[in-house]
Amino acid sequence: MKFSTILTGGLTLCLAIGAQAATLDDVKNRGMVSCGVSTGLAGFSQKDENGMWSGLDVDVCRAVAAAVLGDDTKVQYKPLTAKERFTALQSGEIDLLSRNTTWTHTRDTSLGLNFAGVNYYDGQGFMVSKKIGVTTALELDGAAVCIQAGTTSELNLADYFRENKLSYTAITFDTADQTRAGFESGRCDVLTSDQSQLYAIRIGLKNPADALVLPEVISKEPLGPVVRQGDDEWFNITRWSLMAMVEAEFLAVDSSNVDNAMKNGSPSQKRLLGSEGDAGDKLGLDANWAYNIVKLVGNYGESFERNVGMDSPLKIARGQNAQWNNGGLMYSAPIR
Amino acid sequence: MSETDIQIKKKPSFINNPRNRAIFYQLLLLIGLGYFFFSIISNTLANMEARGIKTGYSFLSSTSGFDILMTLIPYDATSSYFQTFVVGMLNTMLVSVIGIFIATILGFLMGVAYFSKNWLIRKSSVVYVETFRNIPLLLQVFFWYSAVLATLPSARDSLSVGEAIFLNIRGFYFPKVINEPLSILVYIAFAIAVVAAVCLKIWAKKRQDKTGLQFPVLYASLALLIGLPLVVTLLSGVPFQLEYPVLKGFNFKGGVTIIPELIALTLALSIYTGAFIAEAVRAGVQAVPQGQSEAARSLGLKEKKIMSLIVVPQAMRVIVPMLNSEYQSLVKNSTLATAIGYPDLFTVFVGTSLNQTGQAIEIVFMTIAVYFAFNMSISFIMNQVNKRVSHIER
Repeated sequence: MKFSTILTGGLTLCLAIGAQAATLDDVKNRGMVSCGVSTGLAGFSQKDENGMWSGLDVDVCRAVAAAVLGDDTKVQYKPLTAKERFTALQSGEIDLLSRNTTWTHTRDTSLGLNFAGVNYYDGQGFMVSKKIGVTTALELDGAAVCIQAGTTSELNLADYFRENKLSYTAITFDTADQTRAGFESGRCDVLTSDQSQLYAIRIGLKNPADALVLPEVISKEPLGPVVRQGDDEWFNITRWSLMAMVEAEFLAVDSSNVDNAMKNGSPSQKRLLGSEGDAGDKLGLDANWAYNIVKLVGNYGESFERNVGMDSPLKIARGQNAQWNNGGLMYSAPIR
Repeated sequence: MSETDIQIKKKPSFINNPRNRAIFYQLLLLIGLGYFFFSIISNTLANMEARGIKTGYSFLSSTSGFDILMTLIPYDATSSYFQTFVVGMLNTMLVSVIGIFIATILGFLMGVAYFSKNWLIRKSSVVYVETFRNIPLLLQVFFWYSAVLATLPSARDSLSVGEAIFLNIRGFYFPKVINEPLSILVYIAFAIAVVAAVCLKIWAKKRQDKTGLQFPVLYASLALLIGLPLVVTLLSGVPFQLEYPVLKGFNFKGGVTIIPELIALTLALSIYTGAFIAEAVRAGVQAVPQGQSEAARSLGLKEKKIMSLIVVPQAMRVIVPMLNSEYQSLVKNSTLATAIGYPDLFTVFVGTSLNQTGQAIEIVFMTIAVYFAFNMSISFIMNQVNKRVSHIER
């Protein structure tokens, strides 16, 4: 009883503090954006040997920092497990959650959180060891499946096997590393997760060539940054930081030509980069908010290729994540 | 104020009356506490409301949508979150009960071994206690799971005994006993044997009190408990069937499976707690004055009898209170299950369910209540035991 009240009290205090302040002012006072990322997922948020974070999700944190503070390095990264992430955001420990998090109805409506957009369209898949000679997920009857606890994958997995009348055993782990270790040691036959993660996990295996990613994609997993509900200013900043990256790619502005585009570009380019119009002002930011994003972080295409695309070890094709006019789903509302 | 003044003032005023003051301060504290809790709760609810976080326990009846590795009751993805809660609770109970059982046996053996005259046995007790008491429990859990059990062969190259018992990285498999209609006779025979053994014990004690003659109750009871059901089994034509585990597809099917997560967690918990219990036993035995066993020896009692009749009953007075807290620690430590994915209450409820529903406060509160209830029950039972073993002044 005593313990529970202390805990509730603690939670209450956290909630109370979070509710009062406007996130933008907090961030400006602190001079840092506190950003929740994964505990380590190749291509999305990973730490190198110098302690520098990089990845597609990390780039969203950097973009917000660039837009708000004019410096993409002013980010405090908080590595979180799947189980910890929402509590960290609700309690105000982080300003922004950018941690390959699937946008679902339940999460959007009942957690007091808002999804600010989609920075990667993913889908759940299966990875198996080549040894077991399986080529489709429908042959997985009776398999033991390694999975990360507290993810949408856990629910999709149950749905998929139930729908196809297959039996399985779910073996749940806390972190991606433990899940990979379970798969490697042979505790399970199959590892299931979002496709992008499967490729990332596969690279981390001792022998990546022994593992095979099955062709089935069993779910829709739109991944994106999340903020607390009730702070529309901060929500707008996060949403439009992401949109600015996508829009920059669409308008063919990248980190190398951004200076030229600001001076001599088309009207849309100039509006984006702040040399025309007052897009920044409407967000409560400097006029060159988007210029900073593109200059320091790059446009969405650059970020994609650098972290998960052809310039990275993951070599994931653009696919659904291409611009809408190239057959993908990446589409920014116009900045005007 | 001189002494005489105090004596004259017999009745202090209402305000100065120490009794009234005491009541006033108690009341003040109570109101303060009440306000504290009230404001915490209302503040939490108001804040959660303001941020659009859903509250309440209605989620317990909605479908969980995920599967659990090991369940003691029927459970699948269509079950409700309340069933998830029950599954987790039972799994926690299972690992706690097995852990407490093994830890107690191990602890008593090792604690008594400390007093052995055999150098090897004595030293092995010391090494055991010092090793396992000084290594963090989480590390031990990982050791058993990742270093020991993970090196077992795959399902296809299982270690096996006579194609009936298998051990591999997926678990420990053995045949399941399936009852036939006549099996009931065997269970009845066993029940009769239990009753007979109890009666035998009472009769033997009465006879010893009267005549001083002893009867080998232990051996006779064992013979009864094993012999009678065995005879009935044979006479009724072995009314049981065995369901053997068979390798089908990826895994063994049929039989009984014990998952490696349970084995690893049980091993870690019982070996770790056993080391502490061994120390408690050592302390208990050492607390019995040397003169007690010397007196018993001079009465002509055998060494074995001295231990069981004189030393251990007195040592129990010291051991039992310590056992209580060791048992409670074991139950609490079982939450380390989450590190290796054993589906205990903490893993499935505070872990997965909390994440899927976002009902943090409700779920954490329910879980706290369960651990609280578990440990209060242990305390209650151990207090009863303590009453029985404690010194009765005559």
